[in-house]
Order: sequence, then structure tokens, then C-alpha cells
Amino acid sequence: MQKINPSEITPEHLYFSRRKFIVGAGALAAGTLVSFSCRRIEPAPPTGEDFCASAKATGSTDELGANLTSCRDITNYNNFYEFSLGKEDVAPLSANFRTSPWTLKVGGLVNKPRTYDMNDILSRFNQDERIYRLRCVEAWSMVIPWVGFRLADLLKEAEPLPAAKFVRFETLLDPDQMPGQKDRSFDWPYVEGLRLDEAMHNLTLLATGLYGKPLPPQDGAPIRLVVPWKYGFKNIKSIVKIDLVEEMPASFWMDYAPHEYGFYANVNPDVPHPRWSQSSERRIGELARIRTLPFNGYGEEVASLYAGMDLRKFY
Amino acid sequence: MRCPKALTHRIVFHVAALLPLLWLLWDLSQNQLTANPIREIQLRTGRYALTLLALSLACTPAYRISGLRQFLDARRPLGLYAFAYASLHFLNFMAVDYRFDFSLIREDLLEKRYAVAGFATYLILLALAVTSTRGWRERLGKKWKRLHRLVYVAAILGVVHFLWQVKADATIPVIYAIAVVLLLAFRLPHLQKALRKNNSKIKRQRSKPQLKT
Repeated sequence: MQKINPSEITPEHLYFSRRKFIVGAGALAAGTLVSFSCRRIEPAPPTGEDFCASAKATGSTDELGANLTSCRDITNYNNFYEFSLGKEDVAPLSANFRTSPWTLKVGGLVNKPRTYDMNDILSRFNQDERIYRLRCVEAWSMVIPWVGFRLADLLKEAEPLPAAKFVRFETLLDPDQMPGQKDRSFDWPYVEGLRLDEAMHNLTLLATGLYGKPLPPQDGAPIRLVVPWKYGFKNIKSIVKIDLVEEMPASFWMDYAPHEYGFYANVNPDVPHPRWSQSSERRIGELARIRTLPFNGYGEEVASLYAGMDLRKFY
Repeated sequence: MRCPKALTHRIVFHVAALLPLLWLLWDLSQNQLTANPIREIQLRTGRYALTLLALSLACTPAYRISGLRQFLDARRPLGLYAFAYASLHFLNFMAVDYRFDFSLIREDLLEKRYAVAGFATYLILLALAVTSTRGWRERLGKKWKRLHRLVYVAAILGVVHFLWQVKADATIPVIYAIAVVLLLAFRLPHLQKALRKNNSKIKRQRSKPQLKT
């Protein structure tokens, strides 16, 4: 056995303190790993409690008899990556979002391009309540009492030219107010598009309110699109630009993952997302999972728009 | 006679391992599980299971570095807790979310790769949990060690399962992936050999009387 030089032997106090250090470091590493599995200590209190206190809707169910989703859930569970990737973090982070002054520019291939501010919009177009289902591509859904007007009415004022085939929408770009826009893994600003006939459809809304009140920031204030037969990500929020264009616009999600998110994005239980199924959904606030309906239950109104189209190909 | 210190350690260990579950139950009672509680339960039980599995894999490297036998003793209980949380995760999916609607489950589970990976992970953990007892160890003999090497496969599959269901924010799954890769890299044979050498150095030093300089 090799003789050990006395000077090589670790002094006892150092030996034990080194072990303590290693164990301590190990505990720190384990603790860090553990903390990633835990939610933060204080969940953000539901914001907009004043908002929900005076929330009103004329109906209590949609046309299929499903209950309205609670105001609290609609205003505290939001996919709005411009603010945060965390659904519950959007409301507190957007609390001070400035919605006034706000301009909405309508242009592109039109006879009468125009810039509106919100007062124009609210006075020129009759705002009505419409109770629609919203189905997220993540397979959860809500029933929402929107207040708004038909997109068709706005587009008719602009008088689209014959060359116009699509409508392109754009969200505000303002990383100071919208910290999520500093995340370069996404291509900001958020862009969405509709085919002209989809945009002119009676169901397609520009929403300015929710539960009888102006939209809160987390739900896309002051004006957003509602296309209830398509997945939620088509319902672009906080719109600043609407253009009539000839080419199919490339949307935010098409850019991000083209083989997962398509242009049409019609709700369809028979066309799965590449990585998860779309055949059922969780209705927020309800206990039982429900089967997803083709076109989110609006098939009667919109299926004809896609007659003859292979919806697996045009997803 | 059981050393009182060891008993305290064990109590602390079990309380710590159960804390995530208690936290979850508390949030459930306070309706603090977001607007989509079933999904939130799914995410949290899954993360707890993966974390405990990773901690279980960290035991042997921790032992090799520190020489503390307690780390080796922690492997089995950590693994079993990982299995327990994985079971809650699986049950939440089958019973609470899908209510045993097998036509719906079949579409999700059998057709979607993230679900297949998750199911495979669970089956491995089940096999390891069942054979974790001394009785099974004796019954299987040499094969036991080989069977339990499947824990590495479970860790990889678990991370892959987590990654495959991400929509856009892969931050946390990637962190787990890195952690698991590091833990597995640690087990590479030559690293093991090097550390064994170090270990015997420590053992020799301990057996010699300490010289005060």
C-alpha cells in the first residue's frame, strides 16, 4: 500500500466543512430543482374585481344552452403573449395598458381608407351583445358575452376593391407596455388574417366590450376580433391596423410553427393538432370534458364557406 | 437501537416529500388552481413526479462525492414518491379529466406521442415500484439491478413527454431535460471509475489517524 505523505491528509476541520459544503451545494441544487416544480408562493389575486362586480349580460347561456363562463375566469385566464406566457399573469401585467387615445387604421386595397379612434367606432357602429363560444387550440373553451359589431359593417365603409381577397389584422407593437414583445423567439407584432368572405360573415365581430362593459386590457382592449368558429388564436387582440390585401397573410402562429398552425384554423374534432387531439375540450368552469363540435358548433352558419375544401389540407 | 437523529431525518424527509401534495390540496381548497384546475393539477403532479425522480437519480452521484450513506438510502423512497405523484398525475388524467371515457382516451393516449411517452414512463415506474421490495430483490437476484436500470429510461421518457406537450414556452421542460442529461452523464462509466478512485482515497484517509500539524 502506498505511503501517504502527512501533508496530503486533509485536516479534519476542512474535511468535514468540505463535506458540509458539498451537501449544502447539493441541497441548493435540489432546492432549485424543486422550486421549479412549485408555483410561486402568492398567486396573483384575481384582478378586475371591480370590473366583474358590475358585469352584466342579457342572457345566461349560449344558443346551445351552455352557461356563460364566469367574468372572473374570462378576465383572469388569458393567452396574451404580448404580456406574458402565464395565463394568470396577463391581467396584472396589463392593468395599466393605455387604450386611449387609440387609432385603428383601415386601408390597403380599398376606395376609402380611414383612421378611426374609439369614439368614432362606438358612435358610428351599433354595439350589440353576442354570446359566442371561444375554443382555444389548447383544447379549453369558454362561453363569452361579447359586445361588438359586425366586421362587415366596418369593411363596407372602406369599400374593398375587387382585387382584395383577404383581410390582414395587426396588433399594437409597444414593448414598453407589452413586455412579452421583448421576447425575440416570436415575430412581433401579432398578425392575423381572414379570407374576405369569412371577414364579411355575419358571425364575425369586432368586439369592444365584454359583460356589458368595455374590454379590460387582458381580453384585448380596446378592440379585438371574434371569429367563433375558428381556434382562439385567430381572434387577434388590441387591433391597430386592418388592411385589405391580395395575398394570404402569414399569421403569427403560422410563422411560429407552420405545420402545427394553419391559416384557416377552423375548429375541427377530426383534424388533430400534430401533437394533441382536438376531439374534446375542457369548458372552463365545468367539470366534465365535452366533445368538440365541428366549427365549434357554428357549422350550420359557416360550413358552406368551405364546401369542397379538404379541411385536413387547409387546416 | 435506532439513532434518534436518523428518525428525525426520516420524518423531515417524508414531510418534505409530501409538502407539494399538501400545497396542491391547500390550493384546491382555496380555489387557487387557476380557471382550469384539472390542467393545473396535471402540470403540478407531473412536475413533482419528475423532480422526485431526478432527485432519486442524484443520490448516487451525491453519495460518491460526499461519502454519506444517507444518500443511498434515499433512492428508494424518492423513487416511490416519484411513482406516487406519477400515479396522481395518471389518475387525474384518466379519472378526473377523461372520466374513463375510453373512446376519448384512446384518441388522445394512443395517437398522440406525448401521451404515449407518458404512458410508457408510467408503466416503467409501476414495474419499478412493484419490484422495489426486498422480497422482489431476492427473487430477481442479478436481474433486479438490470431491471432497475430502467429508471434512466423513465427519466428520459418523462422529460420527452413533458417537452412534447409544450405549446410555446419550453423553458421549464428544457431545464428538466438539462438536469436529467447531467445526472445521466454523471453515471457514465469512466466518471464512475474516477469517482470510485476518489472514494477509496477518502476511505483510506478516514482509516488513518489524523495528524495535527
